[in-house]
Amino acid sequence: MKPKYFSIPYIVWMGIFVVAPIFFVVVYAFTTADGYPTLQNFAAMSRFTPVFIRSFLLAFISTVICILIGYPVAYILSREGKRVQRLMIMLIVLPMWMNFLLRTYAWMSILENTGLLNRFLAFLGLPALNIINTPTAVVIGMVYNFLPFMILPVYSVIVKIDRSLFEAAQDLGANNFSVFRKVVFPMSLPGVLSGIMMVFVPAVSTFVITQLLGGGMVMMLGDLIEMQFLGTAYNPQLGSAIALVMMFIVIVFMYFVNRFGQSDEKAVGA
Amino acid sequence: MKRILIVTLVFCLLLPAAVFAVGCSRGEGAAGVVNVHNWGEYIDESIFRIFERETGIKVNYSTFETNEALYSLMRRGGANIDVIIPSDYMIARMIEEDMLAELDFSNIPNFSLIDERYKGLGYDPGDKFSVAYMTGTVGLIYNSSKISEQIGSWSALFDSSYSGQILMFDNPRDAFGIALKYLGYSLNTVNETEILEAYDLLAAQRPILQAYVMDQIFDKLESGEAWIGPYYAGDFLVMQENNPDLRFARPVEGTNYFVDAMCIPSAAANKTNAEIFINFMASTEIALMNMEYIMYASANFEAAEIFAEELDPDDYSVMFASYDVLANSEVYAHLPRNILELYDELWVELKR
Repeated sequence: MKPKYFSIPYIVWMGIFVVAPIFFVVVYAFTTADGYPTLQNFAAMSRFTPVFIRSFLLAFISTVICILIGYPVAYILSREGKRVQRLMIMLIVLPMWMNFLLRTYAWMSILENTGLLNRFLAFLGLPALNIINTPTAVVIGMVYNFLPFMILPVYSVIVKIDRSLFEAAQDLGANNFSVFRKVVFPMSLPGVLSGIMMVFVPAVSTFVITQLLGGGMVMMLGDLIEMQFLGTAYNPQLGSAIALVMMFIVIVFMYFVNRFGQSDEKAVGA
Repeated sequence: MKRILIVTLVFCLLLPAAVFAVGCSRGEGAAGVVNVHNWGEYIDESIFRIFERETGIKVNYSTFETNEALYSLMRRGGANIDVIIPSDYMIARMIEEDMLAELDFSNIPNFSLIDERYKGLGYDPGDKFSVAYMTGTVGLIYNSSKISEQIGSWSALFDSSYSGQILMFDNPRDAFGIALKYLGYSLNTVNETEILEAYDLLAAQRPILQAYVMDQIFDKLESGEAWIGPYYAGDFLVMQENNPDLRFARPVEGTNYFVDAMCIPSAAANKTNAEIFINFMASTEIALMNMEYIMYASANFEAAEIFAEELDPDDYSVMFASYDVLANSEVYAHLPRNILELYDELWVELKR
């Protein structure tokens, strides 16, 4: 028995901190600085096409890498004993207790030309790697920061799958690979989908990582939007319009990802 | 479980109210309050106690990170602020948009202690809205163990023999300012051809740059990761403490110097208290304390003279720009909107 009024605080909270800001973004995006309705904020959008393409591409690459690393980690973890699981989950979550900026700064000192990594390579007599201030460094920074958001949802779904299903599949003659392909993977898809959402969305709008690890050499959407609010020209209308277009593309992308997920689940059911 | 949830939610809901209540009960001094909004790490906070003891006015202090963040805060209706310390070009913009109140100089007798060089400047030609606080210049900071030549011109930032070792400002105004100065133009030009010429120079510089940076320059120059980059004179002194090989040079083409000045927003609730605070800040004793703490050059000439006696002459020449340096250097002016938008547009183009 759940009285409905318990949800009132939540609704108020969401209204103030989620709905209202989005409402303001929409209003700003369609008005001029003087408050008149306009579409001119969207007219200049094509100028930013390279920034859009770069942001979505780097976010896509980071998400794929997070799946490739995160899924096996989550899977292996789910098959370990309870104590190991608890310990490992703690180790995965632990870095998140530290400030995101500090951790990114640490990566700067690791990847720099005179940084830890290159000093170690030089010590081994290996040639230096030139990673800092390139898009590679940005992707490394994003994968590092967002990987837990892929591991945790996948892990929490896999760990809840009923073990007897594996046994049933094995009884019916499936080898380990088939058990994984036909039982574990399809059933873990919801976890992968929420992992994708939790990695891809923040990755698209990242901004500090480009400045610290990318050396500010290229611009991503987060930087572009920040520049409209805190830059020289102060143009919150244009900034809102860019944010709105970005949100729109993300929603369309997520719609197709979810559709793909659902059709896959149906295929399993059939 | 449900109870925990409810308690959490109620707590979250009450939090803003609680913060508000605390805000209201911050306590007033016998003679009221003054709300001061300043750059981070840009004041010796121990002076607040002296001020409170002398005047009975309680200081509420908060900080901002950039002029643009301050502007954006005030445009959004801002918090309740009585004293702000923006830089030159931002003061001009705020005056133009009626965001500042005219000062009553009968409450600020210490205005007479401000160096004539920092009066009547372009951003506030009639000295009606601002009292200069600290000043400084932008110069070239380089590592003398890596660069053996004498550096004296902006050309070093465009020299391909330092390829991969050069840092540049990560904001359009400062980056374009340097390019414009190097080309011999004013850094406040509104001539689009000159700005486009500066853009070509920056675009040609990009392949030999190591990175565009702001405060990351501290790490990168101190550790030897990069060899040369432009930054503020006061910050150079901090960097040099950590790496004695670093040197400071003021380019012959002239540079940007800035004046951060104390102003009162037109919506200030405690204007008289704000003027008393500004007068206090302009006094020689307090200017000295602040200068020793932040290592920027005070606009108070008495304080500057006293400080010169106790300071290493090299450090003094970095902190305090001489008249001839200022002669071909410029303070940023507030530019018309179409030029600011052109800057932003070209900046995006540069970083495509």
